[in-house]
Amino acid sequence: MQNLSDMPVVALAGNPNVGKSTIFNALTGMNQHTGNWPGKTVQVAQGVCDRSHTPIKIVDIPGTYSLLAHSSEEEVARDFLCFSKPYAVVVVCDATCLERNMNLVLQIMEVHKNVIVCVNLLDEAKRKGISVNLKLLEKRLGVRVVGTSAHNKKTLNRLVCAIEESLGQEKEHSYIMEYDAQIETSIKAVEKELSRFDLKGLNRRWLAMRLLESDPSLNHSLLEYLGSNVINNPSVFSVCDSERKRLISNHITDETFKDMTVSAFFGEANRICASAVEYKKGRYSASDLRMDRFFTGRKTGYPIMLLLLLIVLWITVFGANYPSGLLSSFFAFAEVQIDNFLMSICVPDAIRIAFTQGIFRVTGWVVSVMLPPMAIFFPLFTLLEDSGYLPRIAFCLDNTFRKCNACGKQALTMCMGFGCNAVGVTGCRIIDSPREKLLATLTNSFVPCNGRLPQPFIWKIFSLRAEALFLFHCFAYLVLLISFLRFAQEKTPQSF
Amino acid sequence: MKGLNEIKVGESATVKSIDISGPMRRRLLDIGLIEESRVECLFKGPSGNPVAYLICGAVIALRNSDAVRVRVI
Repeated sequence: MQNLSDMPVVALAGNPNVGKSTIFNALTGMNQHTGNWPGKTVQVAQGVCDRSHTPIKIVDIPGTYSLLAHSSEEEVARDFLCFSKPYAVVVVCDATCLERNMNLVLQIMEVHKNVIVCVNLLDEAKRKGISVNLKLLEKRLGVRVVGTSAHNKKTLNRLVCAIEESLGQEKEHSYIMEYDAQIETSIKAVEKELSRFDLKGLNRRWLAMRLLESDPSLNHSLLEYLGSNVINNPSVFSVCDSERKRLISNHITDETFKDMTVSAFFGEANRICASAVEYKKGRYSASDLRMDRFFTGRKTGYPIMLLLLLIVLWITVFGANYPSGLLSSFFAFAEVQIDNFLMSICVPDAIRIAFTQGIFRVTGWVVSVMLPPMAIFFPLFTLLEDSGYLPRIAFCLDNTFRKCNACGKQALTMCMGFGCNAVGVTGCRIIDSPREKLLATLTNSFVPCNGRLPQPFIWKIFSLRAEALFLFHCFAYLVLLISFLRFAQEKTPQSF
Repeated sequence: MKGLNEIKVGESATVKSIDISGPMRRRLLDIGLIEESRVECLFKGPSGNPVAYLICGAVIALRNSDAVRVRVI
């Protein structure tokens, strides 16, 4: 067994949706496990890289747009990078929107000495006519830049090589970000005060900036890491306070300060990416735009959505019939065989009947009814997801949901609810606002899942046609859902 | 100066100020909607709200109630 505590730790950081988890899975294979970050409901996956010569522990930290954090995920990412001191940080970037990703790269380079930039989704970029000059980026950033593509194993090996190379080196300086002259003066004043203390490896300039910025959540983490003899030190506090007052007198309020910080990073990101990234088809290709306008057009948007959903449900409900029938016959046949066998070995009647007609028969029913629809619905849904169509659904329906104080993304969780309500509820994490998330979670059960799809057919007792029943039942669910959402809108306090 | 929601489909504009505060402001800054950045209006939903904009290379949907508070020229 490898001794985990001896292995160098490499953090995998990056914006959300850049393929970080894909790279993590490719690097660690099955040698990974997911756990909760202490004190927060944020999951962090860690594993051991099995492609390298020396074992390396890789930690997949939550996706974040910036280290100037304001959500639990971003706090965990920032705290890990700043305080857990990984040996190296691989920042995974999306080649199709490099400037925005570069913002995070620069922020991480300000904190950490050993950074490797991984430009991912190069195949996607190629499809959009975007070409990235990796060598030029490497020259401008001063760190290793590796290009990767999810489907190309060779590129992953290049990344592993870059990580292993960096393990042998000891880097000296962190990247220095130049800010506005007024801010620079304040930084120098605070830095001078901080030079008296042992900062346990934290970058002094970076710490000076953060103390001036005075972000409450970071202050809490800093207090834990450095102790109150540094953070609550009266002279440090008074210098920060006087510098902040001086900045305000120069028209740099707290908000302006943060804006200027972000502008500095983006300005530098643009400078670095200029001419290193070539857009042969423009910033957004004409064919992509045509497709988007088709899928979200006034006349075509809703019909296509309804049609696709109808097709998926149709294939699920009617396509599952044949396999269900086969499975049902198989289990019936197997039940008879098992029954005969148990009788032949003289198992007492009570136990035999409980097993064959109880456990086995019911399991057989459940599997033959539930397995085929699920095995059809979720792959179809995955096809929709991979095609990139799902966000267009949320986009088209957001207006309707917003009028019920819910979010357009709820349409997606409701679609997943058609497959399985538990999956639909888990999917509600994609909604940001706590109120909208709660609404989506509570109302997900109004969507009949695969197991409940036959429910509308109870109306058969009135001898009505099947299709009319199904539509009527769906309509009834819709009315209940909208009524519930309206009720929730009136009854809950606006501030939530 | 006008609101971002007033740009027509296919038009571009430069951001002058963002009159939003709190978590929404931070999120907009993080995705690249900062002063002096160029924004293009790509397409609208069937009901005209939300609207998709090209911000820093990514397609971002903004509700009109938020877009109106982003001042552009």
